[in-house]
Amino acid sequence: MDLSFSPEEEAFRQEVRTWIAENMPPHLKAKAEHAAYFEMPEVMEWHKLLYAKGWVAPHWPKEFGGPGFSATQRFILGEELELAGAPPLSPFGLVMVAPLIMRFGNDAQRARFLPKILSGEEVWCQGYSEPNAGSDLASLRTMAVDAGDHFVVTGQKTWTTYAQYADWIFCLVRTSTEGKKQQGISFLLVEMNTPGVEVKPMQTLGDTPAFCDTFFDNAKVPKENLLGPLNGGWNLAKALLGHERTLVAAVGQTRRNLRLAKRLAAHHRGADGKPLIEDPHFRGKLARLEMRLRAHQMTNYRALAEQQKGHHPGPESSILKLVGSMLVQEADELCMEIMGQSSLAWHDDEAVEPFERWVPPTFCYDRATTIYAGSNEIQKNILAKLILGLPSA
Amino acid sequence: MDFDLSDDQKMLAKTVGDFGKKESTLERFRKLRDADGPGWDKATWKKMGELGWLSIPFPEEVGGLGGSFVDAGIVLEQLGKTLVPEPYLSSVVLGGHALWLGGASAQHEKFLAPMMEGDTTLSLAFTERGVRFDARCCTTTARRDGDGWVIAGEKSFVLDGHSADHFVVAAMSDEGMQLFVVDAADTARKTVRLMDGHRAAHVTLADVRVGEDRRLSARPATEVLERVLDFGAAATVAEGLGVAFAMLWMTVEYLKTREQFDVKIGTFQALQHRAVDMFVEVELLKSIHTESAVRASEDGEERARAVSAAKLQLAQGGQLVSRQAVQLHGGVGVTDEHDIGLYFKRMHSLVTLCGDEATHVARYAASMDAT
Repeated sequence: MDLSFSPEEEAFRQEVRTWIAENMPPHLKAKAEHAAYFEMPEVMEWHKLLYAKGWVAPHWPKEFGGPGFSATQRFILGEELELAGAPPLSPFGLVMVAPLIMRFGNDAQRARFLPKILSGEEVWCQGYSEPNAGSDLASLRTMAVDAGDHFVVTGQKTWTTYAQYADWIFCLVRTSTEGKKQQGISFLLVEMNTPGVEVKPMQTLGDTPAFCDTFFDNAKVPKENLLGPLNGGWNLAKALLGHERTLVAAVGQTRRNLRLAKRLAAHHRGADGKPLIEDPHFRGKLARLEMRLRAHQMTNYRALAEQQKGHHPGPESSILKLVGSMLVQEADELCMEIMGQSSLAWHDDEAVEPFERWVPPTFCYDRATTIYAGSNEIQKNILAKLILGLPSA
Repeated sequence: MDFDLSDDQKMLAKTVGDFGKKESTLERFRKLRDADGPGWDKATWKKMGELGWLSIPFPEEVGGLGGSFVDAGIVLEQLGKTLVPEPYLSSVVLGGHALWLGGASAQHEKFLAPMMEGDTTLSLAFTERGVRFDARCCTTTARRDGDGWVIAGEKSFVLDGHSADHFVVAAMSDEGMQLFVVDAADTARKTVRLMDGHRAAHVTLADVRVGEDRRLSARPATEVLERVLDFGAAATVAEGLGVAFAMLWMTVEYLKTREQFDVKIGTFQALQHRAVDMFVEVELLKSIHTESAVRASEDGEERARAVSAAKLQLAQGGQLVSRQAVQLHGGVGVTDEHDIGLYFKRMHSLVTLCGDEATHVARYAASMDAT
């Protein structure tokens, strides 16, 4: 057991730090400085810069274009990117569908999709939830009807985050209505410019255009876009859940939030005119959050180290999602509390400091963290059944 | 970075765990708790010495096995699972580490070696009446007297002090804080029964005369105390992990067998989610225990931060586990007859010893980076 960094690892950290300082464009640096919201085109701009450096997919195996990093290097890269406030990359391609294509795809699919996910040439979104299939995902009704060399897809997907920017969507579709509802589901890759596919963005609680509805009206999808076996999509969905839960550990996000909270606490003054960071009550709150984040971060390292050994993330990764989402919200809430009446301002550049502007919308949008990627209640059901072995009703 | 235990460490965990299951069951704990004796057993202590468990964290040059504090943590975690009552925390971690860090080789030979063999036990006498956890608040005095020292004062809640052969006593002198090895026979002590079945002592030192050879002067006493109390706090977390683990799985087992409304109560989602809350806290405790056990041996601020963060998780997460465990057992959980309450009580002790939640949050907050 050893928690220290080797001289080589420290040198790598320095290399990453220098590279970011020299290569992050000034307009992204300005946004990072103010903890501002990154628009999707800015996220993809950063994606392409990281791709050119070979660092965009630190978790990918070398054979598919990953850098062959150790768990420690992955951790260092992630930490430095986060400390620089770099735009968080879109996870749908890199983290979610790519590992499934590697694991369940055929050679043609791997060759077709992976290089363009890596380069950022093609942007992906996720087609899982439907208006009547949320936590009960397996009750989804978007149909893919066999029409010889292609499927005809009809239905509606919702919460298809950033679908308006996507070139491709990975979907769970119903290919059979026989047997258990989980058994009639397939995993289909659909090009967004297919005739019959239509996207309608909607505003989130934070007034950001992140959510969308995506409609399918007799969209023709070639059969070679079926990933994994026909009617075998549920297994892929379960495998993806593991990757997604690791992703939403959100250690970087909470660390950024905590740094922002300290900055806010140095700016806002309490009853006696002293900054809140010097107030024992608020200082204690900040300390507690940082201490709990430390335990969460160690849990995240443990999971990373397991993945490094080639183990796929199992149901225990639900812990990361549960705790990570809670800490994100607690950090947001603490920022809002520190801001006092400034927390009431809504997308106003003048009423508050530039680094405060995005706190209230982020606080509102982040209510989604305990809901998306399998609500926390669903995660608890999974842990109760698969880890604790508690009986079903 | 590497989170894996070595093969030797895995073997150690298995050996200590098997010992708990076969030779130091809860039934044994109860017998010792309820008897008039010291609450633990000398023959078992000797055996622990022979197996190397008492010497494992100490370096070879003082006669130890040359392991690390992580190894002591492995022993403690396993001992916690069946509430093994022998004085590992007080004698190996607190008394033993104070002697190791503060002592010179003659003192190691005379006092540490027999403890590592399992022939004697040591207790650290640093707490005083009315003082919570700050070892620097010390009214016990030491004054020079010829070529020796005279120590006067009272120490309270000296863990396992009722049965210790020697005390490491903290006392204030004109030259600052000092640590002395004092024979228990030279003091007056009164046994104090603790909630969790362990015992402590109130120790009176009435002008006890000791030679200069009893002063631990290899390092400044305040530095020794600070480091030893961090080892102690990390030890409470290690043992607390074992306690929390045992409570979680006892409770899950209960949910799988207990029937009400004609079904196993473990089918109820409200109770399933409580059990999951317990599981999550145990995993977080395991993670931060790893960091605190590794960093306990380090110098500097990161040691204190990791240990304090672990103590907070024990206080918050460990106690969520112990409270929910009793709740989910229902009425029987509140009887002395049922074992779950034994763990509940031990958890409270571990949370409290070597600094409670408020103490560690305050310490962390004081050293917290501004950005």
